[in-house]
Amino acid sequence: MPKKVHVQTTINGEAVEYLCEPRQSLLEVLRDVLHLTGAKEGCNNGNCGACSVILDGRLVNSCLVLGAELEGKSLETIEGLAEPEQLHPIQDAFLENAALQCGICTPGFIMAAKALLDQNPNPTEHEIRYWLAGNLCRCTGYDKIVRAVQDAAQTTS
Amino acid sequence: MRAFEYVPAKTVAEATSLLAEKGDQAKPLAGGTDLIVMVRENRRQLERMVDIKDLPEANVLSYSPDTGLELGAAVPCHEIYADDAVSAAYPGLIDAAKIIGGTAIQGRASVGGNLCNASPAADTIPPLIVLGAICVIAGPNGSTREVPAEQFCTAPGQTVLENGELLVSFKIPPPPKNSSSFYLRFIPRNEMDIAVVGAGASVILDDSKTSIVSARIGLAAVAPTPLLAEEAGASLAGKEISDEAIDAAAEAAQAIASPISDMRGTAEQRTHLVGVLTRRALNGAIQRVKEA
Repeated sequence: MPKKVHVQTTINGEAVEYLCEPRQSLLEVLRDVLHLTGAKEGCNNGNCGACSVILDGRLVNSCLVLGAELEGKSLETIEGLAEPEQLHPIQDAFLENAALQCGICTPGFIMAAKALLDQNPNPTEHEIRYWLAGNLCRCTGYDKIVRAVQDAAQTTS
Repeated sequence: MRAFEYVPAKTVAEATSLLAEKGDQAKPLAGGTDLIVMVRENRRQLERMVDIKDLPEANVLSYSPDTGLELGAAVPCHEIYADDAVSAAYPGLIDAAKIIGGTAIQGRASVGGNLCNASPAADTIPPLIVLGAICVIAGPNGSTREVPAEQFCTAPGQTVLENGELLVSFKIPPPPKNSSSFYLRFIPRNEMDIAVVGAGASVILDDSKTSIVSARIGLAAVAPTPLLAEEAGASLAGKEISDEAIDAAAEAAQAIASPISDMRGTAEQRTHLVGVLTRRALNGAIQRVKEA
């Protein structure tokens, strides 16, 4: 059995250390080791986007990253978005626009939307739809999600 | 996932010796968007993953109009199309880098990994072929060798890489004057799909931009490996730009396609698509030269 890997990293601005098996994905480490259960397991093969997180400023599927790869990196997850008393504007916009039903895709969509607005504060509808093409939602039909991201863009820019 | 060892390599020499030690039980890890899925689904068993993302040579993205592009094998698609100079010089490669998976995949997936995965339908391989990309391969004991992109894949999922060898980077020549490139694929939806057929083209036009000096055509998903349609490209050399010349090249491309029928399309449909997409790729590349 290969030895566990000791990882020192930054998650949502805080220094974090953990031990993980090399075969554990970042998603498994987040959920099973660190108990950050916001990122969801949908397909576990990079198609659905439910496990989206932001790694060193870049949107990635945490099911396609190894936990062992996080040494020295900086990770943003859904848990780091809201302030104690206040939701993030993207979270507010999702609520206001009823951009969710069952909610399992929502953390992934919100992290994907954040990565988009971080680099493009005023995206067109076309840009939003292409950017979010890697995130699947079986409830909403996407329109409400796109409108929520447009709303959030207006609030944050 | 079955257990394996994870080792981040600090130098190319370390990476090749870590790979060589385990033979076919070791694989380099770049973006992992194919490799991690294959290991998780038990389509591939490994004792060791050697992370190459810390290797400077595998992360280089350096373009100069005089020497061309040096592209590290681990550079993710996202970084390639974010580079304005690279995007302007090699638009055909950018066409492909922008349509592999969604945003989160493009944040990790590399052109080097796309080539090493050796899918017949890989989107970046036709552009690599038509742009004349050379694959720089490091072997154990400090050896290196260079292989043209069109010779890299040998069968579905198989490449020229021997145990202990590592694809380190690509060298792509600078775009000649009055040249451009184009890649497109047919998929039955708008995004997030695998090519039914893919076609890439690069063209060099004369100064009046009415004649073709030379052309290269690359095809995906119509044979066990992506193909260089050599005769199709050569048929255009010295020809005035015309529908007839482009139709003839498209027919020559169709002649070398040997597609299969599967869930994505029938052999007949794929052969038809080779003609359509070759014409569109050539016209697209020609249009880009004229608009430049």
